[in-house]
Amino acid sequence: MSLLNTSFWEVFKASFSPGVWKEIWPAALDTLYMTFIAALITLVFGLLLGIIMTLTAKDGLRPVRTFNTSMGWLVNCLRSLPQMIMIILMIPVARMVLGQSYGINSCIIALAASCIPMYARIVQSSLLEISKGKIEAAKSMGSSNLQIVLRVLLPETLPSLIRGFTVAVIAIISMSALAGNFGAGGIGDIAVRFGFQRFQHEVLFACVYVLIIIVQIVQFAGDFASKLILKKRHLI
Amino acid sequence: MLLTERRGYIDCMMLEKCCNNAARRKRTMSELDNSAEAEKPYIDIQNLTKSFTVKGERLEVLKGISLSICKGDVFGIIGLSGAGKSTLARCINRLETPDTGRVIIDGVDILSLSKSQLRRERQQIGMIFQTFNLFEAKTVYQNIAYPLAIRGVKKEKRDRRVREIAEVVGLQEKLSAYPAGLSGGQKQRIGIARALANNPDILLSDEATSALDPQTTLSILELLKDINKTMGLTILLITHELDVIKYTTRNMAVLEDGVISEAGRTGDIFANPNSATGKMFLKVYSELQESYVQGGGI
Repeated sequence: MSLLNTSFWEVFKASFSPGVWKEIWPAALDTLYMTFIAALITLVFGLLLGIIMTLTAKDGLRPVRTFNTSMGWLVNCLRSLPQMIMIILMIPVARMVLGQSYGINSCIIALAASCIPMYARIVQSSLLEISKGKIEAAKSMGSSNLQIVLRVLLPETLPSLIRGFTVAVIAIISMSALAGNFGAGGIGDIAVRFGFQRFQHEVLFACVYVLIIIVQIVQFAGDFASKLILKKRHLI
Repeated sequence: MLLTERRGYIDCMMLEKCCNNAARRKRTMSELDNSAEAEKPYIDIQNLTKSFTVKGERLEVLKGISLSICKGDVFGIIGLSGAGKSTLARCINRLETPDTGRVIIDGVDILSLSKSQLRRERQQIGMIFQTFNLFEAKTVYQNIAYPLAIRGVKKEKRDRRVREIAEVVGLQEKLSAYPAGLSGGQKQRIGIARALANNPDILLSDEATSALDPQTTLSILELLKDINKTMGLTILLITHELDVIKYTTRNMAVLEDGVISEAGRTGDIFANPNSATGKMFLKVYSELQESYVQGGGI
């Protein structure tokens, strides 16, 4: 059913038919799986990278100049690649690591490679938000750098880290749709194959609903969690 | 000036004798020998200099500070903004590393300590700040417990100490609250409790009352005086408020553009200020007092 010869209303009604959703459900689950795993990897490595970059910066807790500069340079390089190019670049890497260059697992590598540097930068800017005074107070009580990171830096900036993570997860979802075009499967794959190549616009519509719902849920969860924490701490 | 210094010194010495009993720090034999001489001040700052480079320009903040503070003293440092008061205080716990000079606390040269030794030494030097610098992610209880927790103090012992110190500062009702919901005075009380949790020997107060209203300031100063008396704590009070110095300290120094322009007993300096800053402070102070009396504005 195409918008070219059918009315919008007809296509809209058809987008809820069981036939369409039989295609959509497994793809939606694939997208959720890709997003979940990639988000987990991004969280761990992005957080680590962000913390390391903040600590080794010029006025950080443990300045290491050359290391920090090269780290920043690497992150900038990775970030300057458009998502599509990153996906193509990661095809040989996926083949090397997993022995297969297509499928949802291979796509996760590309998603992580693209989103880790992004989340690292978000983490960095969140961590820089903390007032110098709190760090100084922690130092004056004899905290080690590790204690400052784990007991002061991360808990104090948690709401901001959560909001940043929400942004990263949504970027992963949108990128996973793009990756569908390169053999990753998931909602993006369905949208391109049915909606673009076969003019089955009712399927395209259904894909849009799924993406909107996922993004809304992620955004709501992120906002809710960070607001809850701020409220608990009497900060709003 | 020399005379006043000398008198201040003698006063200090007498105090030291009283407070020696309260010394909780474990001393090694050699340190014991030293203290027998009774000549050594508790905090001894020698010829301290510190400069910063701001936009390619060298800015000398401390230009050779020498100062000695006795155990159990409440020592005030007053000066205008930018005189180097905070930098001086921060050099004592090495939040700032001086360019040259020595800082000796109870016979230990702070500047020669390794990183881990410094961390241990810092646990014996509490510090409170103008902006409180509390951890907003932690409850009052967790804030006070923080210095104990990082030292690995056992939970029961930690709990006992937190409750004990919370009672000293009058916060026992607020332990489960978060600092952001409390008033300025209460916040500074948390700061003080947190600084005292480790049972330190020294308390550095960097403009601790400057953000508080007069009444709250008074209650915080009362608290500090009380702590000084009951715990034998040496307090270094950095401030630009004359009232604070006059009300709280026994000895004081005037910091003027990176040098100490006078030091001695607080009463003597108030009676007869020699330095330009000291005179200026007192002039402004008395003028203000007069204008209060006359009920006049500008």
